[in-house]
Parts: sequence; structure tokens; C-alpha cells
Amino acid sequence: MAVSNIAVSGPITAADGTPLKKKLAQALFFSKVRAVSLVVPLFAFVMASFVLPIFALMWQGVYNDRFATYTPNLTEQLSAWDGFSEPHEDMYTALVTDIKTAKKDRTIGRIATRVNQEYPGTRSLFTSTARKAKKLQSPFKESVIKLNKKWADLEVWRAMKMTSQSLTPAFYATALDGRYTVDKGFISQVENRHIYVKLFWRTLLIAGSVMLLCLLLGYPVAYLLATLPLRYSNLLMIMVLLPFWTSLLVRTTAWIAILQSQGVVNDVLVWLGVTTDEARFSLIYNMTGTIVAMTHILLPFMILPLYSVMKTVPPSYMRAARSLGATPTLAFIKVYMPQTVPGVGAGGLLVFILAIGYYITPALVGGQDGQLISNMIAYHMQKSLNWSLAAALGGILLAGVLLLYWAYDRIIGIDNMKLG
Amino acid sequence: MSGYKKGLIAFAGMSLCLSSVALANDLTVVSWGGAYTKSQVEAYHKPWMAKTGKSIVSEDYGGGIAEIKAQVESGNVTWDLVDVELSDAIRACDEGLLEPIDPSILTAAPDGTSAVDDFLPGTLHECAVANIVWSSVYVYDTTKVRSWNAPKTMADFFDAKAYPGKRGMRKSPKVTLEFALIADGVPVGEVYNTLATEEGVARAFAKLDTIKDDIVWWEAGAQPPQLLADGEVIFTTAWNGRIFSAVASEDQSFEMVWDGQIYDLDLWVMPKGSKNKEAAMDFLVFASATEQLAAQASYIPYGPARASSVAKIGTYFENDNINMADHMPTAAGNFKNALQNDFEFWADNADQLNERFNAWLAG
Repeated sequence: MAVSNIAVSGPITAADGTPLKKKLAQALFFSKVRAVSLVVPLFAFVMASFVLPIFALMWQGVYNDRFATYTPNLTEQLSAWDGFSEPHEDMYTALVTDIKTAKKDRTIGRIATRVNQEYPGTRSLFTSTARKAKKLQSPFKESVIKLNKKWADLEVWRAMKMTSQSLTPAFYATALDGRYTVDKGFISQVENRHIYVKLFWRTLLIAGSVMLLCLLLGYPVAYLLATLPLRYSNLLMIMVLLPFWTSLLVRTTAWIAILQSQGVVNDVLVWLGVTTDEARFSLIYNMTGTIVAMTHILLPFMILPLYSVMKTVPPSYMRAARSLGATPTLAFIKVYMPQTVPGVGAGGLLVFILAIGYYITPALVGGQDGQLISNMIAYHMQKSLNWSLAAALGGILLAGVLLLYWAYDRIIGIDNMKLG
Repeated sequence: MSGYKKGLIAFAGMSLCLSSVALANDLTVVSWGGAYTKSQVEAYHKPWMAKTGKSIVSEDYGGGIAEIKAQVESGNVTWDLVDVELSDAIRACDEGLLEPIDPSILTAAPDGTSAVDDFLPGTLHECAVANIVWSSVYVYDTTKVRSWNAPKTMADFFDAKAYPGKRGMRKSPKVTLEFALIADGVPVGEVYNTLATEEGVARAFAKLDTIKDDIVWWEAGAQPPQLLADGEVIFTTAWNGRIFSAVASEDQSFEMVWDGQIYDLDLWVMPKGSKNKEAAMDFLVFASATEQLAAQASYIPYGPARASSVAKIGTYFENDNINMADHMPTAAGNFKNALQNDFEFWADNADQLNERFNAWLAG
């Protein structure tokens, strides 16, 4: 009998005699392998094109070996130097040896650029010395200083000592308006070059304002979308989606035409007599312009999650609240709004994080006080080629976003978010 | 170079090559786009393609050496020749990103003068051959300013009392600080010496402070003619070629003020490791010949970099009544109070002054 078989013979076996437990594990293993192998291409793609580059770039923010790679002798001398005593002949000999090699290999520009980041104005010191390096004779200390008396400047040597350390907090210090020096550790940058901290705060301020404006404007629209009869709401949905599908540049340029001082808005205001022809309002090329254009561009990212959440709120709840004696306002605030929190959270986070990294719109309409930190990151990636500083700025921005995300999770709870 | 960096650069290179769909073309020539690229296509590309039967792909970029650096360091060079500014040419050359170019291979002038003597002073470099001289000037709209009151000097640009209204300026310390000092009465020969001192920089910013609230900042070369045409500004700094195109092709009533102009060079460079080095060198020799440089000047008023080309400059390609020679930055009437951009000064100080400039803007 089958029943007695199970009771008597201990471990259950499959038809081929292997224990059923093992057989099951095997079967599960194969299905797991199949599932994983289906995901592998995507995983590899994401790793190779997204995660690894981010880590590689972040690593550049603290590690820059340009100087050490191209000046092996000098780096050795500098690491032994205390940073205070008069540089000695051996150090100058190493300097000349490395500059001669660098001139031959055409790497002098890389060394010069790196030191110039640490001590502005020294780039030409290296390039011009390299051009005349052949003529230099021993004793090198004397002849190098004779060529350019800046070589006797202790600050130049300290800057070189700083740059010879490949693993360095200097870029993060710069990104926070400070400097990392050999003799004094972390110090504050001179007042008239303070820029990054201010821009970080402004980025948060603008991203926050855009998020709030999107919420204020988007909430009623999403409510209409969710509650109107289908034929009206479909039309409204098209009106939300059409600009969403339009190119970012086109929309930004359209705002320039609308808001500029000879633009539509100002013309209407002059015509209405609100202002005179001479005193037209500055609505673009400043922070106002940035906020207006970014709010318009990011609005669909607020409306769509809100709409998808509102669609799921049963109208019977509101009716129940009304029948139990709540006024329409009270019912809306106490019953309807709490149910839309997941949508508000999703939309708010989406808009905020997109806004914090925004860069084309502020570049076009930002003028002087509507620039964001992303514009500086782009500048250091593309123009100054100081990728390490760009990485440090990006690292701080990333840390800030993660911090906000964590705070959001603690206050509202990330499980509570609903994107659609 | 460490492994991770190679990997990073390989990614950059990969994305570049994906974006530029590199087919089997004979040559990829990269320049700044717009009317300028058109002038090069007409004067260089088309005749060369007709002569050799090879094809050229013309790509646009926005200046800077970031792309060249990424291509060279990843070992995947897809650009064969690039039109760059002088400071970028020097910097890229110093960093070992460019092929050296031997000037003795360039063609001699029709009268037999060797290329080395024929090219204007400072236009041939270790890794670069200049093709044009362009200039930053300021412009006004003649319909908006009364003729008896027309601005004539750089100081007028900064005179908010005599000329109230908004002014367009390029959002960069380069050229902007020089203009401020020239307007403040510093002779053009002394501008960079002054700017090298702390007081000089403070003086330039103090001059800019007097019009700071009136400045509309532009970034792309196409913006200034637009700002002026829209009436958004009364004056704007601009690149002379763009303004000429707006006047000659679009009938705008713009007038350039040449006083205090700051001129600069554009040069051909070849990224190191170009796969079509021979063809690129052949194109370079062809494009830098006297006739080609003179032909380019028919399309855009940027001064040719060769003395022998200057004499051959003709009329505008759309209008025989416009004599191009009169519109060049180097024309005698325009060149009276001109300053050459000091690439070495900017190579040394760009980072520092940029930080200061951005801090000043934000402040």
C-alpha cells in the first residue's frame, strides 16, 4: 500500500531512486539558473554602462595620479620632504630630470595642468621651463631659479607636494570652498572665490521651489483628470502629455520668447498699463526664468503619479464622509488628501531629484543668479577638464540626494510611494 | 595610467563612437557649425572631394578639447581634423593629444614665398596650422540708436548713463574682463599685464559692477544676433562673422564697433592616432593653400591666416557689392585698437578667474 510505504521507508524517493528533497532542490536550481540567465544581459548592461562608470568617476574625486605618474623622481623626493625646509639640490635635480622626460614624451602639459589646479598661475612656469630644459646645467638649483625665480617660491613646492599625493581630499575641499594645504591642513578659500557651497544651497532652493510649484499646480489638474468623465479627461490628458512629448529645448526656447522683455507677457502688461514701456519686467535670464521654465517642464512628472494614485481612490469614501456630516472641505482634507500621499511623495521625489540635476534649462535661461551646481559640474567636465573636481561636486550632490531619500524614507516611508 | 581610468575613458569613447555612427568614410572633419562650417565646406571640403574623389564627413562640436582627450586616451580616434581655438591647440599639444605638423609640407604662396614666411606671425604651431583670424567685438542696432549718438569706443559700451538699457555679454571671464579694462582706460598693450595683478582683476570687476544689473549673458554664438534683433538688448558683444551674416543675409541693421576688438585664431589640429593620417594631412595641405583660404573669406568675414590670401579676398558669395576685405577684423580701419587674446595668460589663469567670475555672478 502506498500509505504504509511512506510510513515505513524513511526519506521519500523519486521514481529514479534519488531522495525527493534533493530532486526538488535540483529542479529549483535549474529554474533559478534559467531565471538568472535571463536577467544576466540586463544586469551586465547596467553594471557596465551605469554602475561601474559611476564608481570609476567617484573614485577620481579622491584619487588623481596624473602628477605622480609623470614625475616619478620628483614624487619620490617630495614625499620625503617635510614641506617647510628649503628645497635642496636633489629635489631640483629630480625636477629637471622629470621635466626633460616630460618634454620628450609630450606630457609636460598634463603635469602643468595638474599643478595649476592646485596653485593657479603656475602652468606656464612648467611649460616655459620645459622649453628651455635642455640648456639647464648642474648645479640645478641655481640654474633653475635663474631661469625663473618662481622656482624658489616655497608655495610652488608645497603645491607640487600636494599634487604628488595621488589619494587626496583636496578636490572635496575645493568643492566645499576650501583648500587642503601641506602646512595648515584644511583652510577656507579666499572670500572672492567662494562659489560651490552657495550653488549647492541655491540648487536645493530652486529644486524645492520647483517641486512645491509643481505640486500646487499639478494637484488640481490631476484631480480633474481623475474625476472628470472620460471624454473630457482624455482631452485633458492629451494636453498634459503633448508638452511632455515635446523636446526640452523647444519648450525652453518657447519660454524665452514668452518671457523676454520684448515678449508676449511684457507686451500684454504694457498694453494693460501695469507697467510702462521703459520699465518692463525682467522675467527671464534670472532665477524667475529658471523656476518658471523648470516648473513647466517637470509638471508632467508630478501630474502623472498623482493621477494614477487618485484614480484608485474610491469615490464612495468621500460620499461616506459627507453622509457622516463632514463639510466638503473637511472631507477633502481629512479623507481624500491622506489617500493621495503616495502620489504626492512619488511625484515630489521624482520632480525634486530631476530638478536637482537639471542643466540645460538653467544654462539657457538662468542668467547670472539662476545657475545650478550641475552647470559647474558640466563646466569642469567639458571646459576645464578637471574631472576630479567634477567628480567631487557630483559625489557631494549624490550624497545629498541619498540623504534626502533616507529622510523621506524615515518620514513618509518608501513603501508608501506609488509611481503608477 | 591605471586600469580603471582606461576603462572609464573606453566608456566615453564607446558612447562617442555610438553617437557618431562612424561609417567607412575617408575623412571626418570637425568644426563649429553654422555659417562658419558652411564656409569651410564650400571652400575646402567640396574642392578637395572633387580633386581626390574621397569623401568627407563634416561634424559639428562646441569647442574645447574634452572630446579629443577622450578619443585619444581611449585609443579610439574617430575625428581626423578638428578646428580649435589657439589656447586649446596649445594645451592639447602640451598634453600630447595631437600629432605634430611639420610646416615645411604646406604649400608655398603663388609668388614662391615659403609657407613658413607666408603665414602671419604666430599662426603656425608645433601641432596646429591656423586658418582664420576671428574677433570679439560689440554691436548695436542702428535703428535703435540715434546716429549723432552712435557708440564709438569700448568705454561707450560700459556707459550706462549715455546708453541706458540691457547689454549682452558672453558668460565667460575670457574677453569680458579684457573689455572691462579697455573701457576703463587701460591701453590694449597693458591689458594682460594689468589683469595679471590682483588690483587689475579687482579693477575689471569693479568696471563690470557698474553695468552688472543690465547684463544679459549669452553662451552660444547664435544668441547675440537674436538678442539684438528681439530688442532684448541695446548692445551686445559678439563674434564678428555671425553679425556679418545677420547683416548680409538677413538684412539686419546691425553695426559693429571695432574699437577694443579682441582677436583670436582658429587652427586645424590632428588628434594623435588618427586612422586616416595621410588623407588628413593631404586635406590640411590643400585647405591651407592661398586660394582656399581666400575662397573661404567669400563666405564669412574671418581673416585668412596667410598674407598672400589677404590680397585675393573677393566679394560676398551672395552679393557682389559687398567687398569682404572691408569686413575683416584685420582690415586697416577696423584694426586700429585691437588686442590679441593671450593664450598663455588664459591657460594659466582660466580656472582661478572662472571661479572668481562665477562667484561674482552669483554674488
